[in-house]
Amino acid sequence: MDAELKELYQQVILDHNKSPRNLGKLEHANHSAEGYNPLCGDKVNIYIEMENDIVKDISFQSSGCAISRASASLMSSALKGKTHEEAEKIFNQFHNLIIGKLDEEKSFEELGKLAVFSGIKDFPSRAKCATLPWHTMINALGKGDEKFKTE
Amino acid sequence: MSKAFLRKNFTRINKERGPAMKTESSTIEKTDIYDVKIIREDFPILKKLIHGKPLCYLDNAATSQKPQVVVDALDNFYLSQNANVHRGVHHLSEVSSKAFEDARIKIKEFVNASSEKEIIFTHGTTEAINLVAYSFGRKNINAGDEIIISHMEHHSNIVPWQILCEEKKAKLKVIPVNDDGEIIFEEYEKLITEKTKEEYEKLITEKTKLVAVVYISNSLGTINPVERIIQTAHKHDIPVLLDGAQAISHAEIDVQKLDCDFLAFSGHKIYGPTGIGVLYGKENLLDEMPPFLGGGDMIAKVTFEHTTYNELPYKFEAGTSNIAGAIGLGAAIDYVKKIGQSSIAKHEQKLLHYATDLIKEIKGLKIIGTAKQKCSIISFVVENIHPHDIGTFLDYEGIAIRTGHHCTQPLMHRFNVPATSRASFAMYNTIEEIEIFIQSLKKVIGEFS
Repeated sequence: MDAELKELYQQVILDHNKSPRNLGKLEHANHSAEGYNPLCGDKVNIYIEMENDIVKDISFQSSGCAISRASASLMSSALKGKTHEEAEKIFNQFHNLIIGKLDEEKSFEELGKLAVFSGIKDFPSRAKCATLPWHTMINALGKGDEKFKTE
Repeated sequence: MSKAFLRKNFTRINKERGPAMKTESSTIEKTDIYDVKIIREDFPILKKLIHGKPLCYLDNAATSQKPQVVVDALDNFYLSQNANVHRGVHHLSEVSSKAFEDARIKIKEFVNASSEKEIIFTHGTTEAINLVAYSFGRKNINAGDEIIISHMEHHSNIVPWQILCEEKKAKLKVIPVNDDGEIIFEEYEKLITEKTKEEYEKLITEKTKLVAVVYISNSLGTINPVERIIQTAHKHDIPVLLDGAQAISHAEIDVQKLDCDFLAFSGHKIYGPTGIGVLYGKENLLDEMPPFLGGGDMIAKVTFEHTTYNELPYKFEAGTSNIAGAIGLGAAIDYVKKIGQSSIAKHEQKLLHYATDLIKEIKGLKIIGTAKQKCSIISFVVENIHPHDIGTFLDYEGIAIRTGHHCTQPLMHRFNVPATSRASFAMYNTIEEIEIFIQSLKKVIGEFS
């Protein structure tokens, strides 16, 4: 595989695509949202169970590419146990990572596993694949239950 | 000064000054032998390396590459002919007007229209269809009327009719397609002539005001039985619009033989420039249609009280047209004719069959669109691998394919897929390229399994 392509499709991403974590509908969700990318037809549903402002549980259903599926899977793992505010902070860092504006090493450390998506900055056409689950999550947290379309 | 007067005088000017346009400099002479290597020499972009690999361009259904003669025609226009058409009395305006009108004649001959008046330049297929929807549609479609389209339409042959139907409280009816991606003809006949009650039949035939169908599906490659579709509609005096965006480069279209009422197509799908397209319409229909856009060039006389409109085709060409684009399209048509439409079609069929035989052997892969009559388009899905991932991986092998819904979302729903990968072949593609494509596809599948 080409080196740049390997940066995009890192092993972690391929693994999460193949065996996604937290896949399926969450029965006790009190927040949910649907995200849709009209350009490519990718669709994702995010379900969140909030308890005392903490993400007690989170899951997703998606029909999309490996990037969007792995992004949703890794996001769900990263957000469990986080507060609403912390989730928003991670979202902002992740967003900056995707658009290539995150260069402090500290931030990379904070993102942990999510840093595997750093290769996307060289593939602008695929950025939305990675951010769709995140925008949908923010939407679910903020407004309870509604549909989101990528910008 | 009338257009007819101008046209007559252009002939004279041309005789006096010699041909205004540089003749084509193609290396190809029409022969019986189809030599794809020589043809490729005419397309400079095909020599490009993508991610260090030779470009293997299999996204021709989206847009085709341009031969040198088309680029030269654009160059030549801007470097030595550029002036606005139809208005100036100066030399360059006469030259550009002549070149522009010559392009129209080439197109008229290419689709065998009976008059240049029936050839209207537009931005592309989309504008051509919108022109019919807004002009013909607004005049002739009323509350309760029906428009028939098919399930395999491009969004550009769905949305204009939806907008019209909403405005007029009319109804859009859809001819279903079978699992192979073919129009179910019996269902189409039923839509037109449903014979439950005599009264009802009368109602339905009177209600249907237009049939608008795609000639060749951009997503599936299906070649629709347009002759039969038109004959059936005409039995009930219903006009038919053909979306010829894909067909224009794959089929020999004779509008008089087909007897279609409207034909819309784009220049860029037939090796011409982007931003130029054509609406063919039967003269009697166009004559009765109100203008689509108002502005310069489409008028005969303007006062604040009243405006009279120009004659055909100018009535529908408000504002400055894409003059260079039209001339470039003319050059593209010359080129296609030189290579030979039947030779191109034969070559493309060879590629289609070769690729189909190889691709259907791949485990977990399903071809979407298996019509008996197909052009050189293969849409497919692979188990557990999203088309976008396939597209990105192939790109790194230098292979350009299209992934997504191809602007046919209702069709994607019909086949229960969010998107497909689509490889589409043109006159310059080779057997070797198909082999590279298949090998690379197998490699991608390997990476994901």
